Amino acid sequence: MPLNIRTYRQLTEPDRSALPEQIGAQRRRVAERLATVRRVVAVMSGKGGVGKSFVTAGLARALARQGRATGVLDADFNGPTAARLLEAREARVRVGEDAVFPAVGTDGVKLLSMDQLLEDGQPLGFRGPEAESFVWRGTLEAATLREFLADVAWGALDQLFVDLPPGMQRFAELTELVPHAPAVLTVTIPTVESRDAVRRAMRHAVACGATLLGVVENMVGGPLTGSAAADLSAEFAVPVLARIPWHPGAEVWDLLAGRL
Amino acid sequence: MKFLCVECDRQMQFEERQLPGDGTLAAAFRCPRCGRAVALLTNPMETQLVASLGVKIGGTTLPPQPLETVRGMVATGKPDAFEDDPGAGAARATGVTWSLAAQERLARVPGFVRGMVKRIYADYARDRGIGEITPVVMDTARSELGLEEM
Repeated sequence: MPLNIRTYRQLTEPDRSALPEQIGAQRRRVAERLATVRRVVAVMSGKGGVGKSFVTAGLARALARQGRATGVLDADFNGPTAARLLEAREARVRVGEDAVFPAVGTDGVKLLSMDQLLEDGQPLGFRGPEAESFVWRGTLEAATLREFLADVAWGALDQLFVDLPPGMQRFAELTELVPHAPAVLTVTIPTVESRDAVRRAMRHAVACGATLLGVVENMVGGPLTGSAAADLSAEFAVPVLARIPWHPGAEVWDLLAGRL
Repeated sequence: MKFLCVECDRQMQFEERQLPGDGTLAAAFRCPRCGRAVALLTNPMETQLVASLGVKIGGTTLPPQPLETVRGMVATGKPDAFEDDPGAGAARATGVTWSLAAQERLARVPGFVRGMVKRIYADYARDRGIGEITPVVMDTARSELGLEEM
């Protein structure tokens, strides 16, 4: 005769572990920390090597020069470059009572990057059992993103750029963690291959409820040819915010900043 | 994850957590009606997965440290990546001392996480009115707070 067992959701007694409540507290911590950030902007692309971090840094600097409080959260934990681009690699992370303080990079851009935390040249390695580490590694990277959002005293910001790694996984994690779907700035290069990869990422962002701000086409005017930005602009009814040449001057970034 | 005493139809309550130091975890739960206890034993992968979520079986009594999961889990971090904000350090320095043996043990903790470990033990001691942190206090805190490899 089968046992009459109440199921998980039927149990109502208090539970000292309170794991769902612990998760809920983590989410509230993110929301509270971001309450002083006017806008979270995810800089994404479905394609690697298109210059997301380069665009993020150039744009963030231009906005900061215009007097808009700007932060960069480098969410590419396995290939962090934002700290170098913003000249803050050597900045030690100051730990306060309930938060760490972001570094202040070039032109006053606030920043936190895994690059500040890792030994030179070392990959991001976690403690833990090596066997079947794929089971927990993704969870740890998501937890890292949560802590970079929740435990950094970003202060009042006009925008916090989240510089994402290639692909869509980190964007999905970001969307789950922040109280409102982030705005999305998409970066592509002119090629058809990039266009196709970025299209998938943009569709994913739309499906997540994100607002697409527009497309930035990077590495324009060199050997890379194509019309990725124009194609994506037409398909998603968003503007091409900038076409960035190989060696952009400050005026290019200022123009992009003015359109954001 | 919950445990039900089927005979009593009562949810079992968390009672004790042990960390043997080999990556595994043991947690005891007891039925509040009949007193029967069961132990949850997790293998290293399961223990790691729970830790990766930033949650603790049995709950936690101290507020989370900033970047607690990152600092506790990253194995390739710079020893000097973090520095205490002068204001935060001063508040913790009052009222708690470290025995020589405890200081030696703390010195063996990797630099990347040492500052956080020191703060956790200091908070633990202050919350319980403990004036001196010794290796025994550290062992008790480690078990109570679920601090693997700290």
